[in-house]
Amino acid sequence: MTDTTAIPALEVKDLQVDFSAQGGKVQAVRGVSFSVQPGETLGIVGESGCGKSVTMMSLMGLIPMPPGRIVGGSAKLSGREILHLPVAELNKIRGVDIGMVFQDPMSALNPTMKIGEQIAETLMVHKGMSKSAALKRAVELLDRTKIPEAQKRAKQYPFEFSGGMLQRAVIAMSLACNPSVLIADEPTTALDVTIQNQVLELMRDIQKEEGMAIVLITHDLGVVARMADKVAVMYAGQIVESGSAEDIFYRSAHPYTLGLKEAMPAPNMHVDERLVAIAGSPPDLFSPPLGCGYCSRCETAMSICNRQLPELIAVGDAHQSRCWHQHQMMDASVEGLFQPNYRTDRESSSSESAQ
Amino acid sequence: MIEIKNLQKRFDLGKGQLLHAVDGVDLSIEENSIVGLVGESGSGKSTLGKVLVGLHQKSGGDIYYSGERLPDRYCSADYRRLGKDIQMIFQDPYASLNPRMTIEEILVEPLKLQKWGNESSRREKAAAWLERVNLQTSHLGRYPHEFSGGQRQRIGIARALITEPKFVVCDEPISALDVSVQAQVINLLGELQETMGLTLLFIAHDLSMVRYISDVMVVMYLGAVVEKGPADQVFFNPQHPYTQALTKSNPLADPKQERHRQHDMIEGEVPSPVNLPPGCRFAGRCDRAVDRCRKESPALKLVAENQWAACHLVDEYSL
Repeated sequence: MTDTTAIPALEVKDLQVDFSAQGGKVQAVRGVSFSVQPGETLGIVGESGCGKSVTMMSLMGLIPMPPGRIVGGSAKLSGREILHLPVAELNKIRGVDIGMVFQDPMSALNPTMKIGEQIAETLMVHKGMSKSAALKRAVELLDRTKIPEAQKRAKQYPFEFSGGMLQRAVIAMSLACNPSVLIADEPTTALDVTIQNQVLELMRDIQKEEGMAIVLITHDLGVVARMADKVAVMYAGQIVESGSAEDIFYRSAHPYTLGLKEAMPAPNMHVDERLVAIAGSPPDLFSPPLGCGYCSRCETAMSICNRQLPELIAVGDAHQSRCWHQHQMMDASVEGLFQPNYRTDRESSSSESAQ
Repeated sequence: MIEIKNLQKRFDLGKGQLLHAVDGVDLSIEENSIVGLVGESGSGKSTLGKVLVGLHQKSGGDIYYSGERLPDRYCSADYRRLGKDIQMIFQDPYASLNPRMTIEEILVEPLKLQKWGNESSRREKAAAWLERVNLQTSHLGRYPHEFSGGQRQRIGIARALITEPKFVVCDEPISALDVSVQAQVINLLGELQETMGLTLLFIAHDLSMVRYISDVMVVMYLGAVVEKGPADQVFFNPQHPYTQALTKSNPLADPKQERHRQHDMIEGEVPSPVNLPPGCRFAGRCDRAVDRCRKESPALKLVAENQWAACHLVDEYSL
């Protein structure tokens, strides 16, 4: 589908982001790497607090620094490094080469400006268009995102739009300068399913025409299954599994990915069969665990999991997992470290505590 | 157990405008069952739930609880009396617990209001309930901010169930939670429903979860019930065009199925429930709508065994 030898539209390597807080720092992103090719959709899944939004915000230079700090790593947009760029340079990229769609469209738009003018502003600033030309183009963009009566709607304020319409307007705005990468951070979480369906379909159509890369951040496995070519599963600031959508859904390798899938009811289940819940809650990234972040919730944790962080290793073609179980199968050198049933030993000595 | 007849709830917006949040809902809920109520925002599902526990006053119609007609206007004695049997679990576990009360105070309050036991027996019961929702007695002295969302929701469940009610309205109890935590809360609810013989009205917008947990599924659109029936039947074999649109839009965690699925969309959005036009509420978005749909409002009719839908275009089912 995509040419793997081409320069990726976006390539992130070993990104690390910290936030300083009272008495220490929170390691929100702990070495994240991924890449997306033009025309491809990467889904990033994970629960709240796993670092998926911070990853994308730091690429756009949108995290406040301080308290935030990009500790290390690189991010290349069509081959060009964009981390640590001065603000003036970043402004030439943001909204031009990278478009962004946020979860809450109401707070992404200026409530005191007409929709058409907000879109036109982007064009005037980045493309140097005249106001009248920019306004005309804004109406075309609204029309393209299937907003009925675009001409009239362009003259309205955000409060006159419904949630679904606002999200279309934000998409129209993010497309104004034909970006090569569109970052969509939970774009449909605030919308009803029938409207979600419309917005996802719209993003699909536009991607087909424009060939841009989409990075879709979501916690909804259904949305990922529908949209993504590739998927990265994040947990506790790290990618724990990545691969094609088929790899992730049909050949899940990491216990967390499996846990997420099993936590949702299958179509033939009924309430008398209990769901397989993941016990406990994610670790505090104020003092990240020494070993695997998922260790304390993992049914199959071994003693090494608590002591040493597993690397991401290949478990298939372009399919990677960060789990000692796969190391056990692949690598003989760490043999002897493994003691199965670690979790049952430990549970008898200590019990779950509230955070 | 609960019998709702022609329930109306209108909000007066001033300037002669009326918002029909719930418009003529008939529903009966059997003892010991779980009824799932789905619909998009603005469908009136939460309003219906709040009317049932007396948080909103109804504008018309009747609600019977075990044969007793519930008052139109609750006085504090009504709340105390009915609060023993009818309780509610709220959507937002961050907003529904008082941040200045300890967990013990939160859990003991309903018992105090019911004048149940004495101080030490109430404390004992609170501790027992904390364990029942998989928290620890040592948490009694803590404050809500010390807990995660899932833990808070479990505290909310303990607070609702501590008076051992018979009927509980769960208003989107899992929408604010992460997937892994949703399963914990759903399992807990399912288990408690079974052991306590509870009757639940489970309000949510997640169709797959509602199908999983409920015996009966009720679909609301713009204040009215458009379809109801056995949960599996409504989910897998929906008859009303709106329910069909909902199930088709519901994303499945299965890439192959998703890619080959037809995403026929319903156009447009839920219209404003202020000054509704005559005819079927869904007519404006329905691709099958005919003239009759725009003039005449369809009534619920039997469309399959135990399954009811309000649509002119679906044939009546006959035995």
